[in-house]
Amino acid sequence: MSVTIQLQRRSGMGQFLSAIPGAGLLLILMLVLFTIVNPRFVSQTNLMNVGLQTSLLLMLALPMTLIIMTEGLDLSAGALLGLSGVIVAEALLAGWGVLAACAATLAVSIAFGALNGVLIAYLSLPAFVVTLGTMGLMQGIALVLTNGDPVGGFTPAIETFYRSQLWFIPTPIAIAAALYAALWLLLYRTRLGNYVIAIGGNKDALRLAGIRANLVHLAVYVLGSTIIGLSAVLLIGRTNSAHPTVGIGMEFEAIAAVVLGGTSFEKGQGWLFGAVLGALAITVLRNGLNILSIDSSLQVVCIGILLILALLIDQARKQFVRRTA
Amino acid sequence: MTIPATLDIRPSSLSPDAAALLGRFVLIVLIAGALTAVDPGFASVSNLLNMLRQASLLFLVASGLTLVIIGGGLDLSVGANLTLSACLAAAAIKTTGNPWYGVAVAIGAGTLIGYANGLMINRLQLPPFLATFGMLWVAQGIAYWFMAGQTIYGMPMSFRYFGTGFFLGVPLPIWITLVVCLACSILLHRTTFGREAYFMGANQTAALLSGVPVERRRLLLYVLSGLTAGIASLVYLARLNAAEPGIGEPLLLPAIAAVLVGGTSLFGGNGNIGGTALGAILLTIIVNGLNLLNVAATWHPFVNGAVVLVAIIADLVISRRRSGSG
Repeated sequence: MSVTIQLQRRSGMGQFLSAIPGAGLLLILMLVLFTIVNPRFVSQTNLMNVGLQTSLLLMLALPMTLIIMTEGLDLSAGALLGLSGVIVAEALLAGWGVLAACAATLAVSIAFGALNGVLIAYLSLPAFVVTLGTMGLMQGIALVLTNGDPVGGFTPAIETFYRSQLWFIPTPIAIAAALYAALWLLLYRTRLGNYVIAIGGNKDALRLAGIRANLVHLAVYVLGSTIIGLSAVLLIGRTNSAHPTVGIGMEFEAIAAVVLGGTSFEKGQGWLFGAVLGALAITVLRNGLNILSIDSSLQVVCIGILLILALLIDQARKQFVRRTA
Repeated sequence: MTIPATLDIRPSSLSPDAAALLGRFVLIVLIAGALTAVDPGFASVSNLLNMLRQASLLFLVASGLTLVIIGGGLDLSVGANLTLSACLAAAAIKTTGNPWYGVAVAIGAGTLIGYANGLMINRLQLPPFLATFGMLWVAQGIAYWFMAGQTIYGMPMSFRYFGTGFFLGVPLPIWITLVVCLACSILLHRTTFGREAYFMGANQTAALLSGVPVERRRLLLYVLSGLTAGIASLVYLARLNAAEPGIGEPLLLPAIAAVLVGGTSLFGGNGNIGGTALGAILLTIIVNGLNLLNVAATWHPFVNGAVVLVAIIADLVISRRRSGSG
């Protein structure tokens, strides 16, 4: 795949265009369109908003890319985000320190990541059903802990952290960028990253090569839920409250971002930067529709349509490449 | 299209299936017995009929899902499909006053959603869980937008008969369930289509190479799943006497659990509709039992998730033993 793209790049502008994923084209199209409709779209405050929203979505979409590259899926990501937020909030309310609260949510996230990973990697159960089941567990625990009510009134330090800046860059954006850099290094510059990529291609071959493939597979899920558990701090910082069902549906946006970015469910052909493009496309779409004051439930429908459009573009592009090659 | 006689793709033989069904039935009787010991009110005719009525709703949602899973697919959109169909049907009944418009709208919307699922999987070559997961959120989103925060309630009595009425002393939803169960059973075990569904689920490539029109059959499976979700939405609407966009979402996990507990393998090619019916009854009894034991309703998602996980691990153990011995 990557080889063909490199070849195309050398042979002319038209074919270079065909190498951009559908999400990239749609992103440019949407940017132009929303700017024409409402110039306020490119104001500094609004672009900052887009950045903040993208960074939170990326905290889910980046680990999801790794998971999908192993031909897996995590439907429990949104529920874990909600549960982690509830745990942090409840721990803070119970008088724990911020670090202790984070440690508590970290322990729960790692435990659930390990549960997902063991069932998927070691027992070879289908990821979508395993994570659907654990989603039920997480949602249930979050509801039981809170009785279904939002939790607020904890230390404002969390919100201060969310609103703080690191050298003029909002902390959430800096964290998302650091996470991207770290995962990029892990995936493309370490042996572990090679193994992760290899699991999606051929897990048996990896095992036969003497690598503990199951352990690597498990590690992907544990890493994913660790990241999600910690990003819950950003989520509850944004609204200064934790709600047990707030994360529900975010797994859809994360998966949509990854698929928009051109990562395939088959053979684990993936692209980490694709998740950034996809997350940006989704956030820009939501933001633009907000400016057009379109109902948030219809925005979800539009994300679905965007996804289908991107897939159609990618399919057409593949056929084009095949025809010209 | 007939399949060569040497390729017998019916579920192995009847006896192990019958044994598995019997095992589930005994399990149901045991749990029911235990609950009766805790609270004698459990075994009253009214409570039992009420539970069967609840189970029939779950079964209707799970029945089409069973067909899809046997054929090697998955439909995560059944709950959202029910939501949207119920909301649209309620609006149709409210504005026209004629229940039959509601029936037509619910069945039409349900089938259309199923058709769209099949189309996405066939044309875009999306994995079934991805396409139907996307459909879940799209249908849910349309329902929320359509209802705009309102609840539609107060259906005419002639319509509520579907959910609350009795025929020969038995609630009407149970009759509907029996009809759907019989229809699915005939479809699976007495038609070429059924055989081809098992074949596709067991080995899609082999089915394709043997001349089974896999794409057309798959499309029909998803349409049927949408159809049963549409029927379920009518029963739900008639019983609840109200429609709002949150009704279907809590049904997805129990529906999948009912299929898995009923012995249909998630890997396709294996299972039957009777098992799903027993699975639906088992899940309903568990929830009813939790209520009897005064467990808060907030625990339900946890219990459903746990049942799904236990069922899928049990499925794995059973299928490994089966492939190990045979």
